[in-house]
Amino acid sequence: MGEEVKLHGMWASPFSRRVELALKLKAIPYQYIEEDLSNKTPSLLRYNPVHKKVPVLVHNDKPVTESMVIIEYMDETWENNPFLPRDPYERAMARFYAKFIDDKLLPTLAKLGQTAGKEKEETIEEIHEQLKVLEDELKGKQFFGGQRIGYLDIVAMILVWLHLTGSITGQKVLSTEKFPLIYEWIERVMKMEVVNECLIPEEKRQDWIQLAQRAPKSASN
Amino acid sequence: MAEVKLLGTWPSPFYYRVVWVLKLKGIAYEFIEEDLNNKGPLLLQHNPVHKKIPVLIHSGKSICESMIILEYIQEIWPQNSLLPTDPYDRAIARFWIKFAEDKLPAIWMVFRTSGEEQKKAIRDSLKMLETTEEHALGDKTFFGGDKIDLVDIAFGQLSQWLQMVEDVTNVKLLDPSKFPRLQRWINNFKQVPIIKENLPDYQEMFAYFKALREMLLSSK
Repeated sequence: MGEEVKLHGMWASPFSRRVELALKLKAIPYQYIEEDLSNKTPSLLRYNPVHKKVPVLVHNDKPVTESMVIIEYMDETWENNPFLPRDPYERAMARFYAKFIDDKLLPTLAKLGQTAGKEKEETIEEIHEQLKVLEDELKGKQFFGGQRIGYLDIVAMILVWLHLTGSITGQKVLSTEKFPLIYEWIERVMKMEVVNECLIPEEKRQDWIQLAQRAPKSASN
Repeated sequence: MAEVKLLGTWPSPFYYRVVWVLKLKGIAYEFIEEDLNNKGPLLLQHNPVHKKIPVLIHSGKSICESMIILEYIQEIWPQNSLLPTDPYDRAIARFWIKFAEDKLPAIWMVFRTSGEEQKKAIRDSLKMLETTEEHALGDKTFFGGDKIDLVDIAFGQLSQWLQMVEDVTNVKLLDPSKFPRLQRWINNFKQVPIIKENLPDYQEMFAYFKALREMLLSSK
């Protein structure tokens, strides 16, 4: 077919892992290039001159950057297992909540590692309000995408990371009592092999926590 | 025919983005002005998550976030298309739309701040303008090529609101000799008939934002 797909990524980046999950969900064969963010490859700098960040998807030598832009591109290029719903209103909703996760939840989570005392309590309050928005979105659904895993589920994988790292740090931001639907969703997606393949491996989770606390958003989108 | 309502506030550049696209596609709509100091039940009902304008209400369903609204409009009313058809070209357009969303706020930080905070915002704004001129626009007439598209709409704030920020704060950001291509784009964009007919009156806008800045700085 002459299709060549490469992904420049980084193991600790949730944005990079999103694209990996998307590639696996559509069963697209790809070559993975692990970037050392302190020593970026010349290819990365050439493919993403504006931000110099991962992930970058390179399709037949043409680079696409920004994780959600990549995911929309993938949906338009490989039509199997669509991520976005067909209905324009449902699509707008998926994009809205994905933006909510990226613009609101992720920065608040990043802040958490850097706060203490009263500020930390307030940050946790804020996170709980944001998680409630997502809990409400799951009402009556198996996945954020409805019956099948979709666009918003891919972005929401951060909730799985939050759950896994919470068990290590003891920082229980996600509780089963407050967010039962999110918990059911986490259990449901963790039964999927492709999801597990894209999680941070157990032996690297401690490293990831330290990395996340030091430089939350420095190198990936 | 399904009805379209737009909740917005003069002179918000985000509200104007939606106005421009509705008019470019010839879509009739009802404008509902929101008082942001006294948010009405309609806004709270239709945008409970962010409580912000603009909100598009179409057949009773609400869509929020200006660029998400524009993608929705583009999908429901594809006439006078504002996105490329090729998926790769669309990906490039969406990259720049995200860039505009993420980096344009620097200009508003120049507007809202003073001192060291403002100096940082000025540096961020200049960096944003450099990247936009060099990488996003290049030698094209519009970001969309020969005609405007959603990327031009996303950067629309640079057309008049940027000048307002410069005049209100006495900070020059877009020096035409340093950014000749962007300056040319501003001139061309403001001449597009729909845009020209749908820009806030400059004097009124200036007065409004001048008062707003004074209030913001005095409350710090």
